Amino acid sequence: MFYAFAAVAVIASLLVIAQRNPIYSVLLLIASFGALSGLYVLLEAPFVAVIQIIVYAGAIMVLFLFVVMLLNAPHEDTDFDERTHPLLRPGPMRLGGLLAVALVLELIWALSVGAGAGRFGIGAATSVAAIGRMLFTDYAFAFEVTSVLILVAMVGAVVLARKEGAR
Amino acid sequence: MTPLLFAQIVLTLFVFIALLHSAAGMVWFERRLAALLQQRFGPTRVGWQGLLQPFADVIKLMFKEELRPKAADALLFALAPVISATCAFAAFAVVPFGGTTTLLGLLPEGIRLQVADVNVAILVVFAISSMSVYGIVLAGWSSNSKYSLLGGLRSSAQMISYELSYGMALASVLLVATSAASATPVDSMSLTSIVNGQDGTWLHVIPRWFIFVQPIGFLIFLTAGIAETNRAPFDFPEAEQELVAGYHTEYSSMSFAMFFLAEYVNMVTVSAVAADLFLGGWHGPLLPESLGWIWFLLKVGALLFFYVWMRWTLPRYRYDQLMAFGWKVLLPLSVVNLLATAAGVLYFQ
Repeated sequence: MFYAFAAVAVIASLLVIAQRNPIYSVLLLIASFGALSGLYVLLEAPFVAVIQIIVYAGAIMVLFLFVVMLLNAPHEDTDFDERTHPLLRPGPMRLGGLLAVALVLELIWALSVGAGAGRFGIGAATSVAAIGRMLFTDYAFAFEVTSVLILVAMVGAVVLARKEGAR
Repeated sequence: MTPLLFAQIVLTLFVFIALLHSAAGMVWFERRLAALLQQRFGPTRVGWQGLLQPFADVIKLMFKEELRPKAADALLFALAPVISATCAFAAFAVVPFGGTTTLLGLLPEGIRLQVADVNVAILVVFAISSMSVYGIVLAGWSSNSKYSLLGGLRSSAQMISYELSYGMALASVLLVATSAASATPVDSMSLTSIVNGQDGTWLHVIPRWFIFVQPIGFLIFLTAGIAETNRAPFDFPEAEQELVAGYHTEYSSMSFAMFFLAEYVNMVTVSAVAADLFLGGWHGPLLPESLGWIWFLLKVGALLFFYVWMRWTLPRYRYDQLMAFGWKVLLPLSVVNLLATAAGVLYFQ
């Protein structure tokens, strides 16, 4: 079960960057979030799983999809550069290739060091009531700051979208 | 295979097929009721009282040519109705439609008439209806035609706007369900426990339905539900006069049938969830709990009648009126409702 969800998540994420059409990338990202949600269920956190779908896959990705659709993002043209090695291609490809190498090394290091370190006890706050209680007591400040952050983002969006000179 | 597992599998298949038939039945019901509201008869020739009309429609749709615009994105064009229909059916998986039943003693212990009893059932319904926005957006975009794109964008913007009020109405019911107003206050979001909290009566007369505790919440939920399923008076994105047919303009034959199916099954799901949350689900006088599904069907039928009645009575909202209503009226109202409910729960603890 775990392997099925994990495989879907990994393959979908890899395919996100391998697509020419950006809409396909967005849809594959949604698929990978769905797989992540399944993994959360397997970790006995059904609330987080459903919240992931509602918020991430259901709201944020709709936003992404709208933006990609309406901004008419062009298809990637990679025929020219496909034959040369990533680190030797000009411009952004070089940076991307370097980043990929760096990330893979970090991943190998993290997996070799942190195996089994972050395991939570069964019975940690996974029920909705417990999460709510913790959110409003221990993490109340973070909660309020997050809402102010969202408010700032909204106000910023309204200001940016206003036409020049219009009240 | 134990008899219980077999019964579960049969139940799942039964729910699926029943939903398909309910969509067909809704086609008939809508056409007959619309006709009677307009002082004419509607389809009465095909089978007794026109009951075979939906099947005639399906056969006609199956024989139609399946078109695809040349510039349409083939994969997404084919995928969009699938997403719509899948989400519509999946949302019903967590909706209970009856109490525990042993199927007249055939089973060793009772199974609940629900495909999956999840602890966060309310949120699952909400999550899957958020996902059904994608079917519409992709349909509108992949058809590569201006009517479809406009219709798809408008429809999805409408759906995500009304999801907020929908969610807050759900939250208000949840507050009531875990408070002293329910018969069995339990800290769970499972739909079954919420329905069981509506068992019994107050003062032996008024049933303990949450609609009496949350009348405004019920109206908000129903309105947001009608807007979510893109039904009149909120069906501007499908308006025949303005947008040809909105996001499903370019679809024909079975793909169109899948959108149709998704819309009707969504209607049934919203009605079923409303009946569970506000109208007491399968609890009702006179009948034992194992026959409670009869009450459930009656309640869902009443809500579907209301749905069809609304469509053929009220004029359509213009798109800006629709969005203004959602954001400026329904959302503040649902927030106030939530706050008032929270205050009430705290006061009457």
